[in-house]
Amino acid sequence: MAYGIRLHVWGDRACFTRPEMKAERVSYDVMTPSAARGILEAIHWKPAIRWVVDRIHVLNEISFDSVRRNEVESKISASNIKSVMNGKDAVLNLASSEERQQRMTVMLRDVAYVIEAHFEMTSSAGETDNPEKHYSIFSRRARGGQFYHQPYFGCREFPVNFEWLEPDAPLPESSYRHVTERDLQWMLWDMEYGEEISPKFFRAVMREGVIDVPNLLQKEVHT
Amino acid sequence: MTTIQTKEMNVEQQATESKVPTINRHEFTIFFDVQNGNPNGDPDMGNMPRIDPETGHGIVTDVCLKRKVRNYVEITREQGEGHRIYVTEGAVLNEQHRKAYRSIREEDVSKLKELKPKDRAEATQLTHWMCDNFYDVRAFGAVMTTKVNCGQVRGPIQFTFARSIDPIFSQETTITRQAVTQEGAEKDREMGRKHIVPYALYRMDGYVSGHLAEKTHFGPEDLELLWESLVNMFEHDRSASRGQMALRKLIVFEHASKLGNAPAHRLFERIETKKIVDTPARSYHDYEISLDDRDLPEGVTMIER
Repeated sequence: MAYGIRLHVWGDRACFTRPEMKAERVSYDVMTPSAARGILEAIHWKPAIRWVVDRIHVLNEISFDSVRRNEVESKISASNIKSVMNGKDAVLNLASSEERQQRMTVMLRDVAYVIEAHFEMTSSAGETDNPEKHYSIFSRRARGGQFYHQPYFGCREFPVNFEWLEPDAPLPESSYRHVTERDLQWMLWDMEYGEEISPKFFRAVMREGVIDVPNLLQKEVHT
Repeated sequence: MTTIQTKEMNVEQQATESKVPTINRHEFTIFFDVQNGNPNGDPDMGNMPRIDPETGHGIVTDVCLKRKVRNYVEITREQGEGHRIYVTEGAVLNEQHRKAYRSIREEDVSKLKELKPKDRAEATQLTHWMCDNFYDVRAFGAVMTTKVNCGQVRGPIQFTFARSIDPIFSQETTITRQAVTQEGAEKDREMGRKHIVPYALYRMDGYVSGHLAEKTHFGPEDLELLWESLVNMFEHDRSASRGQMALRKLIVFEHASKLGNAPAHRLFERIETKKIVDTPARSYHDYEISLDDRDLPEGVTMIER
């Protein structure tokens, strides 16, 4: 596995929403591989590469906090926009006081992880795309704190601080390093973007603070 | 083997023809304070000021502050060209809107005819149109009900939770009213409660992505309006519950490139606050905010506004 990378990420809050509890958001105990991929992609991504998350190190104690906010209940109606663009009569506003929902978010607080990942080249890779190039772009950006857009932990109000770990740098210590095994149950692995977008799950087990993430693309299991 | 590909990013990263000059990456920090008021009530706690239960620090949510930016733009730009606000608080003057939309429509209609009825292309067209007309869609993004992924706009502006510098003390004050709500009640006055924070200074850090700005056509003028609305957002949000709120400081880190020139957390660490009195803080002068602008990373400018 050449061109593996390790990124230390941390932040005050995070919400990796469980798909079964979306209306009143409840976070998973730890970061999902798909959220980790999102963080990497925020720093560098091109259609030529695909990030694969190998391991997630959980550094801090898992603790929760909750907040209830006024949210709106509807999305922008595309058909309304179309009618207005065509000069027809339609309301193109959303009155937040009328379409209000109070929704709870049970989120994680004070999180820190190390993402271990690598990338694979995809069929969209052109002649000028090679692993060295993308590795050096990513490492340069991660070292310099650069990104395409600010990465976040699950929701955009929870920004990610990140630091590149040099290949020979020691890993930060995990508070779970003495916990032999902790079963985190079934977790979202990632979404599969085919004709239909479908979720894939895996059984997350944390051993001494480390979650090994299977590569579900190669083995068609756990669908 | 199946391929995973992030369609959403795929579409976002396809260069869109840029109508406006682009902006670089920015980070910003605001300090605002409250005096004898409730900056943000917690619906879970009977509208008491939001508090971090573990540390006692006060919280103001990201969406609370975004609301004020929307309100400011709505008031000062009066829903003018390109500055409409999608998520409004009250009733909408439909007739006036429609006229405005129609005027924009002419060129769009010709464009529409050229469009293939492909879903994604049309969705992109719709989101661009929304971005060009609505300031809040352009700045904060929005989700539209199309089945295609690009019905989602990710805006360049990212707010976070604001947090008070010190643990806050929330005070419950009981008030009376010399009138009753219902007829025929035997009492002749009623009592109510107000929750206030005697004083608190809050800090919020935020981000502006140059790349996402390009996608939503959020240009330098829009950015200027963001700063303007941050500075003035409390001036137009007076109410019985808020007490006295004011923006005290806006610090902007401007990068010389879209990707940025330094890690955001290192920049934010340059701003420090210290309480300089031994008694509980009761005014802005009880705090000292220090900005370290020595040896700024190359390509980063720190601007105090």
